[in-house]
Amino acid sequence: MNAVQPHAAKAAIPDFSGLFREPSRGVPIHAHKLGRRFGALQVLHALDLHVPAGQFLAIVGRSGCGKSTLLRILAGLDHPTSGDYRLGEEAAAHGPRAEARIMFQEPRLLPWASVLANVEVGLSGVTSTADSRRRALETLAAVGLEDRAAHWPSVLSGGQKQRVALARALVSRPRFLALDEPLGALDALTRIEMQGLIEKVWQESGFTAVLVTHDVSEALALADRVVMIEDGRIALDMAVPLPRPRRRGSVDLALLEERILAQLLQRDKVQPEYVI
Amino acid sequence: MTNIADAFILKSDARATPVWLSRLKSARPGRLSAWLVPALILAAWQATASLGWLSVNVLPSPAGVVRAFWKLTLSGELAANIGVSFVRAALGFAIGGGIGFALGLANGLSRISETLTDSTLQMVRNIPHLALIPLVILWFGIDEGAKLFLVALGVFFPVYLNTLHGVRNVDPQLIEMGSSYGMTRGDLFRRVILPGALPSIFVGLRFALGVMWLTLIVAETIAAQSGLGYMAMQAREFMQTDIVVLAIIIYALLGKAADAAARLLERRFLQWNPAYQAQGARP
Repeated sequence: MNAVQPHAAKAAIPDFSGLFREPSRGVPIHAHKLGRRFGALQVLHALDLHVPAGQFLAIVGRSGCGKSTLLRILAGLDHPTSGDYRLGEEAAAHGPRAEARIMFQEPRLLPWASVLANVEVGLSGVTSTADSRRRALETLAAVGLEDRAAHWPSVLSGGQKQRVALARALVSRPRFLALDEPLGALDALTRIEMQGLIEKVWQESGFTAVLVTHDVSEALALADRVVMIEDGRIALDMAVPLPRPRRRGSVDLALLEERILAQLLQRDKVQPEYVI
Repeated sequence: MTNIADAFILKSDARATPVWLSRLKSARPGRLSAWLVPALILAAWQATASLGWLSVNVLPSPAGVVRAFWKLTLSGELAANIGVSFVRAALGFAIGGGIGFALGLANGLSRISETLTDSTLQMVRNIPHLALIPLVILWFGIDEGAKLFLVALGVFFPVYLNTLHGVRNVDPQLIEMGSSYGMTRGDLFRRVILPGALPSIFVGLRFALGVMWLTLIVAETIAAQSGLGYMAMQAREFMQTDIVVLAIIIYALLGKAADAAARLLERRFLQWNPAYQAQGARP
């Protein structure tokens, strides 16, 4: 695979594709000259992106850079105004697909359905049966919430709600999971727990994961590869060739983080320096 | 020194709440305390009537009302009139509420339907429906149709407006979630939009129940040949204040019963809502 984009040559890095895990049940994603325009505003500019099957890709960037738009297109919630993309072998049409699931920034649980019924929502088109309940319970157990199956969502904490949302996304065994800043609203400790949980289920199920986040350290803790988007273009494409489980605060992570932050903050360099 | 100490003791004593006051504050009102004031009023009413301070032509005694109740129950007149009024209320409510609910859903879900009907409905809404009584009598005479029409019209708007509002205000993020998780339009309606609109629909329902009784009372007192309102108007002709008061009390009880039924439904269907939840509630 060629993770390094031509216009990101300054950030050229060796090809670490050999380090990626063996081919899994995830789907590869190919985006070719993807463009999205809202009225006069061009949010994505002819963006090329290839995500190999089973890769954990993190997309970082400032707010409004187009990273969420890109993710929403990949997850089938939005459509490109130019270019095309493929999920697996089929050309992806706009619309929901059973093999792709998205986890939103908010839990978006149905307040009038029990925790278990909320997880069953992930089994689209399936009315509640003994089988769907069993699968939903298994998935709830995987996120450690099987004892809350009969509760209303309103009695859960923010982290627990997001875990239910994760179970809902996973219950149909998707081959592609889109994560739209799902941990943005959680407190620091819950965040770290959730990162561990997401890494664990990704390693076990081997789906392709694309995580949009503004938190560079979160991207580095989880991803095989970090892509940075600036003004609707890929400005940096970097593999994260570190073994898992990754040690929070290790020197390697810190060096990579500094590189990404340096690029992110580049624009600020033109600001006058202050003398104390 | 002792003076200062005394002053302190005095001060702290003065601050302490007297025992009787703290008892009064901590006393939780029992279930029966809510009936204390009505019971006192009733006793005072009976006393003034028994002492002859209150003319029967102005207000009958409570005992007189009870006697009237007993007499009319035995003759079967009361049950028949309540039955007639109840059927009118229920039918009018079903017709008006049904149309209001259907149009509220249609206009909440479809732009075309809304553009076609909403502004017309908003214009009609501004006519007090009781102002139509002369016209309604001309159209329907004093038949059942007149009462049903008025009740249905009165009930229609609260149900319509609140259903529309409820459907409009369903969290769009939940709808996006539902459709991205592969829900069909039917699923989306059944599992997201309808339950999301339900709290607002219940507000409309309770409001409509109030309008329903009000409209029926007015319609029955003006043009009817049976029913509670007719019974009260007949009694007025013969100065039977006890029957008039009895009819008023029965209207109050029916209104209260309808509201209680609506609240029961609310608690049953909105259990998930923290506003209706007992602690640790489960589905």
